[in-house]
Amino acid sequence: MKQLAALTALGLALASPAFASKVYVSNEKGNTITVIDSATWEVLTEFPAGNRPRGIGISPDGKHLYVCASDDDTVRVFDAETYEELWTLPSGPDPELFTMHPDGSLLYIANEDDNLVTVVDTASHTIVAEIPVGVEPEGMAISPDTRFVINTSETTNMAHFIDTTDYEIKHNILVDQRPRYAVYTDDGTGLFVSSEIGGTVSVIDPNADGGPQLLTKIGFEVAGVQPEWLQPVGMQVTADNKWLFVALGPANRVAVVDVATNEVVKYILVGQRVWQLGFTPDQKYLITTNGNSNDVTIIDVDAQKAVKSVQVGQQPWGVVVAPD
Amino acid sequence: MMGRFLLALAGCALIGAGPVRALEVVSGVLRVDYPSQLPISRYDLRPDDLGFAGAVLATEDNQTTGRFLGMEFLSESVAATPESAPDALDRMIADGIRLIVVMAEAGDLLALADRAGDDVLILNASARDTALRDDQCRANILHVAPSEAMMADAVAQFALWKQWRRWFLIEGSNPADRMLADAYRRAADKFGATIVETRVFEDTGGSRRTDTGHVLVQRQIPVLTQNAREHDLIIAADASDVFGLYLPFHAWDPRPVMGAGGLHPVTFHAAHEAWGATQFQRRFEKLATRYVQEEDYQVWLALRVIGEAVIRTNSNDPGVLRDYILSDAFELAAFKGRPVDFRPWNGQMRQPVLLTDNKLTVSVSPQEGYLHQRSTLDTLGLDEPESACMAFEE
Repeated sequence: MKQLAALTALGLALASPAFASKVYVSNEKGNTITVIDSATWEVLTEFPAGNRPRGIGISPDGKHLYVCASDDDTVRVFDAETYEELWTLPSGPDPELFTMHPDGSLLYIANEDDNLVTVVDTASHTIVAEIPVGVEPEGMAISPDTRFVINTSETTNMAHFIDTTDYEIKHNILVDQRPRYAVYTDDGTGLFVSSEIGGTVSVIDPNADGGPQLLTKIGFEVAGVQPEWLQPVGMQVTADNKWLFVALGPANRVAVVDVATNEVVKYILVGQRVWQLGFTPDQKYLITTNGNSNDVTIIDVDAQKAVKSVQVGQQPWGVVVAPD
Repeated sequence: MMGRFLLALAGCALIGAGPVRALEVVSGVLRVDYPSQLPISRYDLRPDDLGFAGAVLATEDNQTTGRFLGMEFLSESVAATPESAPDALDRMIADGIRLIVVMAEAGDLLALADRAGDDVLILNASARDTALRDDQCRANILHVAPSEAMMADAVAQFALWKQWRRWFLIEGSNPADRMLADAYRRAADKFGATIVETRVFEDTGGSRRTDTGHVLVQRQIPVLTQNAREHDLIIAADASDVFGLYLPFHAWDPRPVMGAGGLHPVTFHAAHEAWGATQFQRRFEKLATRYVQEEDYQVWLALRVIGEAVIRTNSNDPGVLRDYILSDAFELAAFKGRPVDFRPWNGQMRQPVLLTDNKLTVSVSPQEGYLHQRSTLDTLGLDEPESACMAFEE
């Protein structure tokens, strides 16, 4: 944390008011959302968000903020400007993470308790489909062409490929223990699945002939850190398809992976128990939620350096940045 | 008095009706029931389906995965007496079951494993005798249950993390209590604690349940514990559930109690929520309509070990599964924050140990700072050079 504090001045110098966006951080323990201004990295406000807010997302027009209130068994929808709660969406029990259709019309929600993925229409507030998946569904991603929704199940250790036209599972890929998060490259050619307990990221070709194929697994190693603490969780890939950022949980680091070679090129020290990651719309900055130090770290994406940390609510979990 | 009953999902499958599946995996769970007294606390009452409920959940979990892979997981659970256990085992083997989870005391476990022979893989889900991982080991037994040595080491590491180095050891008078006390003596030596005094609590038998029994306890325990040498901590070696729960608040000196009563080591408990365990608790409670106990978790874990090995090897052959389970490739998530796997020198599952006050997970061992060249989990229990087990050498 000392290094980060010393870098604060640099972070402020780099910030430019021209690209101000609101950053929303869900605080799992604090039951709040912290709102940060990405131009100044100042906290604007903190507002209540129901019980145990975790997964968080925003509509493509930037108007509606969606928050999984896990212990309320619902997704709460807030006005992204006024922070007023507008309505709730039926989510099934204990929603944790969701992915959104690029046009904002549907949420695909993982229900850990019921081994289901629930599809919810954001306009009519109704459940469109419930898809039985593996044990403890968690990670969710949608392919850029919207053909497939990916769900990872933590005890089944699979990535399920759900066809978005008929909601049937078309493919399954076995990965390492406790898959937590899935992310596609923006061009849809690559899919990454992080395995928290397995300590690896599976690299999958989703479009291989004869169905999706596991290409390789990325491992992690940091001198002086016990291997069991290298637990990959949240991930983001840059739009140019060059860099994959992987949050390593209790290792307090974000790994930077060269997508071309699947090699880790750098480990960036951030706050404690780093969980989820979110880019600013211009992808100049990556925000990390640090659950055990109650702050977020701002990473300069080009420099691959932590530039600032910002204190937020109790046990930050998820993060999303408003679109331009 | 012991009922033999089946929680069999397996009945029709064993007869072989229906279309042939790509891979069918039938596991047995054999529980040997012993005459036992009521527990001191009614929170610890033994449910009839102890262990078996864990088997049902594990089979469901395995099957949820298996259906994506064209596999079918089934399990058959049988309760037996020590006398009827050999017959029950023979029937399972006659039914073609080669993967058997056993819940039995050490002597019966060894007899059953020797009777089953090398074509059968036995998973020990309850016996904690350290000797089973030492000179009494068997090549066809894998231990999902931790040893007493692992449990005592887990307590010792926490005590020393707290700098509570001077231990007052109170042990029960039954053989199992003496064995547990030996494990604490060994742990004290291993990690640098000093046992400043040892006393024995005589188990004189008698009823577990009397009206206003606490009145007598409040007078007796101070007498048992007075004038002990200066100590930081009381360690209760009470495997028989006779006195450990009486020590907190009643001991002569105001000192914490660990071991039995106070803070005690468990593989799992119903309030554990970290690392996704809440989902396990909810699944289990929905199915069993009660809270989980350690035995349920251990049977669940044993069948998940089988499930994981089957899924990764696409085989139901005990030899293939055993080789995979003992290999470096095997790892399994168990709601403990890190993967569990097996020690290839004695077939013991490496696993973190939870320390609980019966309400919460207070801490998890191994503790920070206890390092090992292979895995920090190997700071708990018998390390390779300490184990006299030869059965696992090729």
